[in-house]
Amino acid sequence: MEVIMAIAIGFLFMAAVYLMLSKSLLRIIIGTGLLSHGAHLLILTMGGLGGSAPPVLSEGVTNMADAIPQALILTAIVISFGVTAFFLVLAYRAYQELGTDDMNLMRGTDEDDE
Amino acid sequence: MVQVLFIFIPIIAAIFIPVLFKKVRGIHTGWFVLIVPVVLAAIYASYISRVMHGEAIVSKVNWVPSLDISFISYIDGLSLLFSLLITGIGALVVLYSIFYLDRTREQLHNFYVYLLMFMSAMLGVVQSDHLISLYLFWELTSISSFLLIGYWYDRDRSRFGALKSMMITVFGGLMMLGGFILLSIMGGTYSIRELIAQAPTLATHDWFTLSLVLILLGAFTKSAQFPFYIWLPDAMEAPTPVSAYLHSATMVKAGIYLVARLTPIYASSETWVWLVMGVGLFTLFWGSFFAVKQTDLKGILAFSTVSQLGLIMSLLGAGAVAFHVDQAQDTVFKFAAFAAIFHLINHATFKGSLFMIAGIVDHETGTRDIRKLGGLMSLMPISFTVAAIGSFSMAGIPPFNGFLSKEMFLTSMLAIKDFNLFAMDTWGAIFPIVAWIASVFTFVYSFYFVFKTFTGKYKPELLPKKAHEAPIGMLISPIILASLVLIIFFIPNIIGDVFVKPAVLAIQPFLYDSVSAIPIHVSAWHGFNTELFMTIGIFVVGFLLFLTIPKWQKLYNIVPDWLSLNRLYDRFMTFLDKDLNFISKLYMTGSIRNYLVYMFSFIVVITISTLFVKDAFSFSMEGTAPIHVYEIILILVLIISTMTVLFSKSRLTAIIALGAVGYSVALFFVIFNAPDLALTQLVIETVSVALFLLAFYHLPKLSRHEERIRFRLNNFIISLGVGVMVTLVALSAQSQKLVPSITEYYKETVNTLAGGGNIVNVILVDYRGFDTLFEITVLSIAGMAILGMIQLRLSRKENEHENK
Repeated sequence: MEVIMAIAIGFLFMAAVYLMLSKSLLRIIIGTGLLSHGAHLLILTMGGLGGSAPPVLSEGVTNMADAIPQALILTAIVISFGVTAFFLVLAYRAYQELGTDDMNLMRGTDEDDE
Repeated sequence: MVQVLFIFIPIIAAIFIPVLFKKVRGIHTGWFVLIVPVVLAAIYASYISRVMHGEAIVSKVNWVPSLDISFISYIDGLSLLFSLLITGIGALVVLYSIFYLDRTREQLHNFYVYLLMFMSAMLGVVQSDHLISLYLFWELTSISSFLLIGYWYDRDRSRFGALKSMMITVFGGLMMLGGFILLSIMGGTYSIRELIAQAPTLATHDWFTLSLVLILLGAFTKSAQFPFYIWLPDAMEAPTPVSAYLHSATMVKAGIYLVARLTPIYASSETWVWLVMGVGLFTLFWGSFFAVKQTDLKGILAFSTVSQLGLIMSLLGAGAVAFHVDQAQDTVFKFAAFAAIFHLINHATFKGSLFMIAGIVDHETGTRDIRKLGGLMSLMPISFTVAAIGSFSMAGIPPFNGFLSKEMFLTSMLAIKDFNLFAMDTWGAIFPIVAWIASVFTFVYSFYFVFKTFTGKYKPELLPKKAHEAPIGMLISPIILASLVLIIFFIPNIIGDVFVKPAVLAIQPFLYDSVSAIPIHVSAWHGFNTELFMTIGIFVVGFLLFLTIPKWQKLYNIVPDWLSLNRLYDRFMTFLDKDLNFISKLYMTGSIRNYLVYMFSFIVVITISTLFVKDAFSFSMEGTAPIHVYEIILILVLIISTMTVLFSKSRLTAIIALGAVGYSVALFFVIFNAPDLALTQLVIETVSVALFLLAFYHLPKLSRHEERIRFRLNNFIISLGVGVMVTLVALSAQSQKLVPSITEYYKETVNTLAGGGNIVNVILVDYRGFDTLFEITVLSIAGMAILGMIQLRLSRKENEHENK
């Protein structure tokens, strides 16, 4: 199972990076969303997918899933939501102010540095 | 302990200078400063009686004991001589500056703070026995020199000169640091004395020559040797007291000091002898030849300093020859080291006085341009006398001290041709010839300096000020120095016994047991020998050349300006500034997309190559979870929805597909026994999709902005690389569990320590409670930022919008 998951995660990352490299701000944001999904699944898979019960202490359960990747992912989900929300509003405001969502047109110029 | 503190007295005194300058406006700040070098000179003078018999006085203060770095003040003949020069000339220069710099117009607090800083640094250089602290002080002299050259910082030339000296000397300093580090690794110690003690074993080390060349780079840049001398003429933008002090008497001699100090270590090397002597002699010739080209009084003196430093340097190189000769103390090779130190003292006296006179001329006439000057002899008789004494000494005319050391210099150079190692018997004859030619030009520029300024026609119409003699206070220092020039001629052996021989003992410790064993006696008359005829030749040819200067001065125009070293430096600086900037701009495009491309490419290349170079990739199916039908279906859903995101043309489809990816991830969490994650993911995904829909309503259509096929192909290759990399990493991580999971700890303690059963939740709120707290903080900051962005309306932009 882990092998198939690894390939699926690789595919998610590929799609995410491809989107992030495009010129449109919207596609970049969607790309970051996909990237976080990929990262969550990656953490989960790296910890191993074995285990037949949730990591909750109860009578008679011995083979439970690894709790640490889950704890990490839980934090990551929330943070990635914060980031996505921030990006969205940033894109919205940038589009309002600049009238474009093309990254090539939004780049800084030399005059900005001086 | 106390002796080390003496080094820091000037820099400590510097702390009070700005206060004195601000509070005591009625008295020139220089008077307070003057106390410091005078007291220090008195202290160091009290060492003379002990050091002149060959004793060395050591004092140590630990600085960073764990790194074996300490301040060690080691005073032997060489250090003491330099310390006395630094404080003695320092006192005269401060006295001179009191009259040179106006109390009301100049920023004296800056000036004296820099000057005192330099004094500490320079004392540190010549007394440090520890390589690292020596380097530290060395760079501090560069920095204070930079500050002093740029003292009149509103002048372009000052800033340019300051930067130039900094670039060149700091370059050399860094090279020297490299050499020091190599040396300390070779010897296993930072102490110069200990390194000297093991000199024979060092010489066989592989790095010996490399460290030698690096250290010489430091010495040559500092002591303005060819081709690094170009910073010194530009450093003349500094106020004249600084030129007299740093750029003729002390700082530029730090390189000389270093070469002298390390001679016992490196003298056995052929490279050392050739480099030090060759570069020194060439610099001597080059400086003296081009001094006559200059029209600025201080420019002449700058080139003359370059040339004289070369002279001392070549003598030190010749001094190293004595290490290769049996019974050197009985041969003619013994003179070089003595002559080097003797000339160093003489140079400090006559060049110091000449600089002060140049400053006086500048001060009283308003110009230093030798073409406008002339006929000042009757107006400034005292200045003329001092200038004449200094110049004649520089030219090597008796009865001035320069004559004595020039004779010894010629003796040493003549001796070289009798040396039969290092191919010197073939090439050695060049040395006395070059030395003679250079001495002729030295004679010419000395006369050029004094007679073009003080004799000839007085041209008041060209002078910004009406010329008159300087105030007596300003004349005291040059008069003292000029008297020394005269006195030393008559008592050379007292100077030799007290100052020169102890220093020679430090340079050539293998040759002599004690100071009294050095069999050198200076006398003005040696009978009719080769040196005398050479000297007479110098006077005759020099005088003829001086009379015909206008006829042959055109020679200097043969070499075009753009070929000069200065142009080379300028071009190099432009290259650093403009061309490298241009190169950076080629890839620093200002577009985040490009930077992402660089980053992803590098991550892929580095990670994948590491995986294979370190043989970290492994693949095993062992211990993998079984595959179920649900999971296969989910993966298909995941991939199909991702494809939809990639290829959809409409915003709405893309959003919904993204949502589908999110929900399938949530379902994965369900399958893999992570109920908390699944719940969170469902909630977050729902909110996210809603937010996307809300925002997309305001956003433009999903456009690809006419992305070309090549552009897309590039992106595809990079993203494919990232995907492959992640897959490989995931497989490797899964296939090799190097350490057992630490979850066992939580399983065992979650009930006893935290009193909970749901391990994931307990980890979040208990074991990593602060982490969660900060996570909430991050979320709130993001929330506030969003609120801020929505409410923010830049007024400038709003106006633009109204105009549209």
